[in-house]
Amino acid sequence: MIKRIVIVGAGQAGLAAATKLRQEGFQGAITMLGDEGAMPYQRPPLSKAYLLGKLEAERLSFRNSDFFYLRNIGICQNEPALEIDRVTKGVVTAHGRHLYDHLILATGAGPIKLPASMAEGIDNIFYLRNKADADRLRPILREGAQLLVVGGGYIGLEVAAASRQVGAQVTLVEMAPRILNRVAAEPTASYFRRLHSSQGVDIREGIGLTGLKPDGAAITATLADESTLTIDAVVVGIGVRPNVGLAEAVGLATDGGILVDEFGRTSDPSIWAAGDCASFSYQGEMTRIESVPHAIDQAEHVARNILGAELPYRPRPWFWSHQYSTKLQIAGFNRGYDRATVSQGIAEGSMTVSYFREERLIAVDCLNDARSFMLAKRQLGL
Amino acid sequence: MPEITFILPAGKEQTCTAREGLSLMEVALQNGVPGIIAECNGSAACATCHIIVDDALASTLDPISEHENDMLDFTAAPRAPGSRLSCQIKVDGRLDGAAIRIPAEM
Repeated sequence: MIKRIVIVGAGQAGLAAATKLRQEGFQGAITMLGDEGAMPYQRPPLSKAYLLGKLEAERLSFRNSDFFYLRNIGICQNEPALEIDRVTKGVVTAHGRHLYDHLILATGAGPIKLPASMAEGIDNIFYLRNKADADRLRPILREGAQLLVVGGGYIGLEVAAASRQVGAQVTLVEMAPRILNRVAAEPTASYFRRLHSSQGVDIREGIGLTGLKPDGAAITATLADESTLTIDAVVVGIGVRPNVGLAEAVGLATDGGILVDEFGRTSDPSIWAAGDCASFSYQGEMTRIESVPHAIDQAEHVARNILGAELPYRPRPWFWSHQYSTKLQIAGFNRGYDRATVSQGIAEGSMTVSYFREERLIAVDCLNDARSFMLAKRQLGL
Repeated sequence: MPEITFILPAGKEQTCTAREGLSLMEVALQNGVPGIIAECNGSAACATCHIIVDDALASTLDPISEHENDMLDFTAAPRAPGSRLSCQIKVDGRLDGAAIRIPAEM
């Protein structure tokens, strides 16, 4: 008989697990432990609508407090888990100990930071993972502000777009030979390079940031080509690392994330993990997927499996981004593609990049091409 | 505040008061209306917040964007004449007293 389930993390995966447990009829105690002093909220708008002030803070929250109250889901908004005690089955916090029969780790991921030696003494360095990060950055993003974005991945590009939309001047540097180097093929990168250039973003590829120096209220940034920029703030989007500290400290297996089996179970049969923090075997490789739909799906599987469903999880990877008036929808996982083709969509300016591996379609990037996205999603069985 | 009734696939009704300015999808989620999944949190990227409005309401709502129109052709439940993505409909006085049908997934 399961009486108590504790969820560490109050993000997308944590919320999905809690909600699913109740939907499936679980009547025991559910306690979610958050560490941001906030009700569960959506992260994707932090680099888009919320950053632009187009979405109020209240609407970032997934559900209001009534939702949790009516379902008897306990939320400790600011009670970070300090330690797991696997022997007595409890999560230790500053306020005491939350005992569990089953524990779900939905600890998410945290941004990779600039080296301490580079960041030392510089105040206006921003990351964009939490609402607090976005709240700090918002007042800086104003007309005429000089901004350096480090990293040409989706977060960096979304911040660049939001910054241009409020009239800030943006230089974006990417250390790799091109933007989106790790996540997309050249045609998708070209599309975004053209889009951002036409909106006035100064994109510099194959060039890293080598140093930052305070310069009065401003900052002098030095790049790898020895050029310098005078800027007001630096926004860093160079990837994330899964939050595995709690798990590692008590000897749970990790492999590029908290290791889980096809059911979402860690190396301890009463501890489970889901979302950005979890690593699992997919297509023959250990994989972490950073995507909202995946976080929801995997967490819901964990909820059902705790209750005995024995439902193996099969990812349905898909992603989206929104920059200026371009909607990007990605279906599938392009890892290991050997060929990418470009086709024009029906609407003007729309385009789809299709990824193949051994002549089999594995993923698509659809730019303002919803129709191709939905067709491919079906074709890929997602 | 506008009062909105969601009609679930089996015919059960759920009436909620809705704050103006929210999307219809947000109202459904806050009230735990089943069948509205909204995986993409309102970006019109997933088509999992499909609803059906009646003709009278359909004609008073703002027109469907091309993007929403394309997405609607691929919803899990087949598209009907009054099909919309609820994340793209903002709650205002026009929705007061509206009956919103949640389609059954096939």
